Amino acid sequence: MFAYLVRRLLATIPVMGVVALFVFSLLYIAPGDPAAVIAGDFATAQQIALIHQKLGLDEPFFVRFGHWLWAVLHGDLGISIFTNLPVTQLIGQRLEPTLALTLTTLVVTIVFAVPLGVIAAWKAGTWIDRLVMIVAVAGFSLPAFVLAYLLILAFSIKLDLLPVQGYVSFRDGFLPFIEHLILPSITLGLVYGALIARFTRASMLEVLSQDYIRTAQAKGLANDQVLLRHALKNAAVPIATVIGIGIALLISGVIVTETVFAIPGIGRLTVDAILRRDYPIIQGVVLLFSAAYVLVNLLVDVSYTLLDPRVRY
Amino acid sequence: MAAISADIVVRAPRRRWLRETVRRHPTVVAGSLILLAMVAMAIFAPYLGTVDPIAVAPVKRLRFPSELYWFGTDAYGRDVYSRTLYGARVSLQVGLGVALFATVFGLAIGLVTGFVRLADALLMRVMDGLMSVPPVLLAIALMALTKASLGNVIIAITISEVPRVARLVRGVVLSLREQPFVEAARAAGTPLLRTLWRHILPNTIAPVLVQATYICASAMITEAVLSFIGAGTPPQIPSWGNIMAEGRLYFEIRPYLIIFPGLFLSATVLAVNLVGDGLRDALDPRLARRM
Repeated sequence: MFAYLVRRLLATIPVMGVVALFVFSLLYIAPGDPAAVIAGDFATAQQIALIHQKLGLDEPFFVRFGHWLWAVLHGDLGISIFTNLPVTQLIGQRLEPTLALTLTTLVVTIVFAVPLGVIAAWKAGTWIDRLVMIVAVAGFSLPAFVLAYLLILAFSIKLDLLPVQGYVSFRDGFLPFIEHLILPSITLGLVYGALIARFTRASMLEVLSQDYIRTAQAKGLANDQVLLRHALKNAAVPIATVIGIGIALLISGVIVTETVFAIPGIGRLTVDAILRRDYPIIQGVVLLFSAAYVLVNLLVDVSYTLLDPRVRY
Repeated sequence: MAAISADIVVRAPRRRWLRETVRRHPTVVAGSLILLAMVAMAIFAPYLGTVDPIAVAPVKRLRFPSELYWFGTDAYGRDVYSRTLYGARVSLQVGLGVALFATVFGLAIGLVTGFVRLADALLMRVMDGLMSVPPVLLAIALMALTKASLGNVIIAITISEVPRVARLVRGVVLSLREQPFVEAARAAGTPLLRTLWRHILPNTIAPVLVQATYICASAMITEAVLSFIGAGTPPQIPSWGNIMAEGRLYFEIRPYLIIFPGLFLSATVLAVNLVGDGLRDALDPRLARRM
């Protein structure tokens, strides 16, 4: 187990290496000369050349990549072009809303989607199954921001039940914190939930057709026993896999959701950085999100041993 | 007499076939019809009672939907109905373009990596790396590098979709190369390229075609997302994402600015997804049972 963990951790190094190379190339290829930006409007060519030399901008690609990577490994993601603040500090300031939003969405979605998928598989072919699958296909097809505006229109403007936009930290009161997260979480969770429900149904259907399920039923086990202890346990590994892969949808969704609901998180930071072409921030965000994605999927891989005792490494 | 009976014989089964198809695959038929309608709308947009979608008329700004302006007008007085109809062109171009290019490049990479060990080690590392960047984020990062244009949007989304196709194709190729008929072809001295072309490629078509429809659907959503956050097609092009991006500021007083293009986008994506599900059921019965 420990050896597997180490091997698996080592395997993420080349993947993150490619990501780092890609992210560094972003700045390398990016139009504009950072030295000219730093020097300001009234700089002479000589001053710019001096900054070039100081920053090592004249060195070859891989030397610069090495310097950059060394700094990143030491927690230095560079300085934002627009605000002149360290990128790590900017990301740190925005971390809380994004974490609050993604974690609540993650938990709520899994709590809803997995049982829905199980029920749909159990009642395969009935109207319940049809309904769940129709909602799932609709979930795939409704872009997050369209859904977001429909929700705002219904619940905030027409019914006046929930706040339109914004974010309140949990330190300023739990109820407003939750109130401000309800619509964004639904927006963010729909596609993800649709994916999980569909996959849960699919893997449950596969398991339910196995002989040992018929045996369990034949010996008179209660339905919930058959479903939860015999079927769901055996379907758990593929479901866990899709929960991990689906995180990509959450990350993409965060950018849109935070924009629509004016939540001051990392997604909003990303959009602002794009509009201002603030490449160091874009680099930092891509690196951070990719690392999070790789890490989550690593955890999912490791969780297989807990979910299925037959899996040994 | 003979002519008449022949006529009946030919016609009846065809009508029955149609009815049978509608009865057995209602969602696929509905999806195809919506998709056909969207394609027709995109092609015939100039003849469907539209005006110039980029003609600005400040006097008529932010008019509510009426007999004259079916979907109302936006903040620049442009006719939202015309813009929405022309917007179908952008979305369909992006969807089909990305599906086509991602499939072609993904197939090429998948075929090569499935057969050439060295290329496999190298290319799949790159693909793994690209796959660990969430696709929309990757497309956003790429768009930040270039200037906004329809072509660049298609290229950026294609790059973020290619790794998944490549992985799929590689998986199929790896399982195919162990099959007896491929071994037989190799043993009979068929050159590598010919083996790939005649024996491997045809067997990858079904899963790739299904994947292509899903890519088409997700590419249309990604284009709208990119335009919506201001990193997509240039603002003057009437894409659905752009119309909604402009409607953002006025949403609380003019919700139709987002709702009309949003409905068209959702309907199109839904239609493509339904057709994709139908294709998957028809081409891959094993997978169909699972999903």
